[in-house]
Amino acid sequence: MSREWKTVESGPHTYRELLHPVIVKNYGQWKYHTRPRPGVLRHVANSGDVIYTVRAGTHRQVTIDIVRRLCDLADRYSDGHLRWTVRNNVEFMTPNEANVAPLIKELEALGHPVGGTGNSISAIAHTQGWLHCDIPATDASGVVKSMMDALFDDFVKEEMPNRVRMSTSCCEINCGGQADIAVVVQHTRPPRINHEILKNICEMPSTVARCPVAAIRPTTVNGQPSLMVVEEKCIFCGACFGACPAMEINHPEYSKLAVWVGGKNSNARTRPANMKLVCHGLPNNPPRWPEVTEVVKRILGAYKKGGREWERLGEWADRIGWKRFFEETGLPFDKYMIDNYRHARVSFNQSAHVRF
Amino acid sequence: MSETTSAQAFKLNPTPMLDTLETGPWPSFISGFKELANRTGSTMVRGALDQLNYSYQTRMGYWKGGVVGVHGYGAGIISRYSMIADKFPEAKEFHTMRIQPAPGLHYTSKALRQICDIWEKYGSGLISMHGQTGNLQLQGIVQANAQACFDELNQLGWDLGGAGATVRTGASCVGQARCEMACYDTLEAHHKVLSYYTDYVHRPQLPYKMKFKFSGCPNDCMNSIQRSDMSVIGIWRDDIQVDRAELKNYFATKGTEYIVNNVITRCPTQAITLKGNDDLEINNKDCVRCMHCINVLNKALSPGKERGAALLLGGKGHLKMGNMLGSMMIPFMKMETEEDLEAFTELTDRIIDYWAENGLDHERLGEAIERIGIQNFLDAVGLDAHVDMVVSPRDNPYFKADYTHTPVLREIAA
Repeated sequence: MSREWKTVESGPHTYRELLHPVIVKNYGQWKYHTRPRPGVLRHVANSGDVIYTVRAGTHRQVTIDIVRRLCDLADRYSDGHLRWTVRNNVEFMTPNEANVAPLIKELEALGHPVGGTGNSISAIAHTQGWLHCDIPATDASGVVKSMMDALFDDFVKEEMPNRVRMSTSCCEINCGGQADIAVVVQHTRPPRINHEILKNICEMPSTVARCPVAAIRPTTVNGQPSLMVVEEKCIFCGACFGACPAMEINHPEYSKLAVWVGGKNSNARTRPANMKLVCHGLPNNPPRWPEVTEVVKRILGAYKKGGREWERLGEWADRIGWKRFFEETGLPFDKYMIDNYRHARVSFNQSAHVRF
Repeated sequence: MSETTSAQAFKLNPTPMLDTLETGPWPSFISGFKELANRTGSTMVRGALDQLNYSYQTRMGYWKGGVVGVHGYGAGIISRYSMIADKFPEAKEFHTMRIQPAPGLHYTSKALRQICDIWEKYGSGLISMHGQTGNLQLQGIVQANAQACFDELNQLGWDLGGAGATVRTGASCVGQARCEMACYDTLEAHHKVLSYYTDYVHRPQLPYKMKFKFSGCPNDCMNSIQRSDMSVIGIWRDDIQVDRAELKNYFATKGTEYIVNNVITRCPTQAITLKGNDDLEINNKDCVRCMHCINVLNKALSPGKERGAALLLGGKGHLKMGNMLGSMMIPFMKMETEEDLEAFTELTDRIIDYWAENGLDHERLGEAIERIGIQNFLDAVGLDAHVDMVVSPRDNPYFKADYTHTPVLREIAA
């Protein structure tokens, strides 16, 4: 059948008609907001109009059935409007305060926890993992499900010193992103090179160029052109695997998980910061990854106990010092946590400041 | 569709590893997948579950890329073929369509139901809401259905997002739609800028990915500084607005101790001092627009009236030179009129053109600037150096200045 439709390169979908009428009316005219309870925001406009937002966690990997049920709730309680947050939470906005309690009840009945606001642990930003990615060393949705089961109470409450943003990533590209706590795949061996398929599926010059430390070189194997890795130089990043699937970096045993803390993108108080390595070598242990959850819970427990109001996790660690961070979490510091890549010296203690 | 069988005959295969993810209080994506498969009889979803369970058993992934697209586009569909189709033939093809949502991820139930209906007709029914870049991801379609599915979505105003070496789908915070902190209209800027770059979104022709993210204030809820090459962060130039009556209320209800410990001492530049027992004095010259005091006292304090946005360049994730934060290029631009947004894209055009000419394969903007040298970059795109670009002047003693340079001293600021 011939195609009749001619593509319209329309770009992002238009948004005006998707906004709630109260939002359109008060666009750019909001005055302040409060949080009547965890999971609920109350925004007040200069006009005096009020809009309530109810925020709930989702599976992120959803289905048309789940989305249709959320649409049903939007029809009943928020005049057919709903939106998503970057942490995969769904939000319903209504000017009608009487809709809030029944909406919460229905969301919870459907298994969507209401929370993720203020000083909570919001839903974990994550990647595709074994479900759909072509280079993952672990799953994403399953790690997140396992951790959120354990952190559930702190999603529906606001009892942390400040907000906690978490992420997981299934390879060292770190698509999950910087976060207060991030779980990121860590490879511990150079790629194994599949010489049989390499010359047929890989563009060799671009694979050589992909290496950040120039560890990949052309070579000849059994009379055929191929590539080799200078293992002393290789930093196990896996960049080459994305360019060339014959550079087999993933391994059931040697691909492990590392935990990074103190990432912060907000400019509030301190400058935005990159996260720091505090634990590595955790086993990639499906279906529940209990070792990872244990480490994450230790960090969150110590932060919850010692963090001051408004202090993000990295700010807390900076105040008490990283020595005490390791004492209070019981995590071991080791030589691999001292940077030896570009700009490493800026993280050295170039002073006589020491805590005893 | 042809791959569905009658509901009576359809049965899921055992997935013992995945089944353990059906317990616990957090929503279970596995339960969702099974519910969908059982209702629709989708063999593709069954195959994807089987392969996922096998990944859990063997701790390896089994998808490989390929080339799947729609007419006229070079990006937007992420192709996935199973590497073990002999074991799990039902999910042999399992491609993802990246759809650009509306800025701010706003929907109506009507719009979402239309997507769901089209997706049920042509695809697996699995959706990721949303990917880390901000796409609505329809996961699980065969190549044969991709064009028809896209055509129906496109007729409703949905377009494909970026992938590979393209300008990627943008992201914007809720902005002026519902936030009192927003210093510019993030939704409109997102819509205008990404519409302008549609050709770059659909056709890979750049060294690597190029991401725009729009945050309405320095709280940067879009994580633009860490996740985007072009980080557009709302900011104001004049004084923080103070509602004195509300400020007194905060002192009365929260107490002076709270305000001292949580506002005054937490100001990063000590720009706030206590005045009497129930008032604050803000030295706006020292303020770095960090947002903290406004966050704490949001009924009493708000960003100034002269609002706009800052542009930070070069933020990116790990690969390949390590993570980089965006760094300040333009501290303030008006973002209100059509002309303002045209001036913005005129500038970003110059930056993208320079990077497209000079960037290496798979080199992000921040990496290219670092390799080429920021002075060369500034000269090439026609930007003047200014002191907001740095935390401090250089301490590295070796620099190459023009020998004709002599400093011209200015009048000392009053």
